[in-house]
Amino acid sequence: MLTVHIKKQLSHYLLDVAFRVDKEIVVLFGPSGSGKTTILNSLAGLTKINDGYIKLKERYLCLKGKSLVPVQDRNIGYLFQDYALFPHKSVWENIAYGMKNEPFTRSLIEELNIGHLLDQYPHEISGGEKQRTALIRALATEPELLLLDEPFSALDEDTKKLSYEQLLAIQDRWKIPVLLVTHNSYEIEKLADKVLHIQKGMLQEIGS
Amino acid sequence: MDQINFFPLWLSLKTASISTVIVFLTGVFLSYLVSRKEFFGKSIIEAVFLLPLVLPPTVVGFGLLYIFGKNGMIGKILIDLFDFQIVFTWYGALIASIVVSFPLMYQSASAAFKQYDKNLENAALTMGKSRWIVFWTIAFPLAWPGLLAGLVLAFARGLGEFGATLMLAGYIPNVTETIPLAIYFAVESGKMEIAKFWVIIIVALGFFAILWLNWWSARNMMKHNR
Repeated sequence: MLTVHIKKQLSHYLLDVAFRVDKEIVVLFGPSGSGKTTILNSLAGLTKINDGYIKLKERYLCLKGKSLVPVQDRNIGYLFQDYALFPHKSVWENIAYGMKNEPFTRSLIEELNIGHLLDQYPHEISGGEKQRTALIRALATEPELLLLDEPFSALDEDTKKLSYEQLLAIQDRWKIPVLLVTHNSYEIEKLADKVLHIQKGMLQEIGS
Repeated sequence: MDQINFFPLWLSLKTASISTVIVFLTGVFLSYLVSRKEFFGKSIIEAVFLLPLVLPPTVVGFGLLYIFGKNGMIGKILIDLFDFQIVFTWYGALIASIVVSFPLMYQSASAAFKQYDKNLENAALTMGKSRWIVFWTIAFPLAWPGLLAGLVLAFARGLGEFGATLMLAGYIPNVTETIPLAIYFAVESGKMEIAKFWVIIIVALGFFAILWLNWWSARNMMKHNR
């Protein structure tokens, strides 16, 4: 379980949000520049916060704005908007980079059907395949929390629908808390257990 | 041609090679650290690093004499403590080569570390890897084409260094005589055949270094093009 209260001064406003994520998919929804990616980066430890705390399970990652756990020790999976696949490593090398358990990872590869791509390089595979590779790579670290930053935005409609099903199946099986950033209202309807609507750094409504 | 003494070739290759190794290591690590940190005075530090690129070699030579000369800040300490002199030795040629080629390496490395998406390193960090591992497995391989370009440029610049070398190491045949110095003093004493020989050697070395770099870059840029 993740509990958060983040305060961070951004260029035009103060980001001040508090929320909680259980073993569910929580969608962070709001216009561009509202602070969504900043929240994900703060949780991952890539951005410092000014005040507040981040608590994952029983561990404080941040307290009173001070980082207590460095990014590499937070055990948080992060799927970046552009996937951030290492261009000089093959699909398998990307996935194995932070892998903890090979049989578990192999089962994900089979489930998401990219076994035939393992020797390919990122520039040789499609957008949907990149997205699945990045998702498996993030899951292969067996994270306690999964952050997804608009992971479906670059996909065509058919691939999106398939990706939704796969994410739901994975979440249902592994019960990992997921925080998903999106602009897409259909994704909210399809995926969200809970919705956090953010505008100019403030959470304005919370719905289910 | 039997008058040719090959000492300048040996000394030039020795100083350029050693200086390239030193400049590569320091240039890569300093440019990586500076490119990843924001701190007060960053622009000033970068300007100091790049200064030898825009200064006349005589000014660089004067500065080096001021530091490493017999009464210089460091030169005096080295003589007093270790009885070790830099002026009029091949170490002078080495230091001159390091100082003039460092900005080229630093500039190439800075550009190389800025050209790829920083989220690649962030992604690696979130997968539990230390910054040291991330540097060697992500940053260094992705920046390698730019680093290699800097390495070749630094080697070529070190090989061709003249002005600062002359001021710090002087011209002592078979001691501090690099190829550029050999050319200058051969022309001055009317030995045009010897000068021509060294000109051909240094042009060939520079030409093939750049030719190889272009060939290598074209091949590897295509390989992992996103």
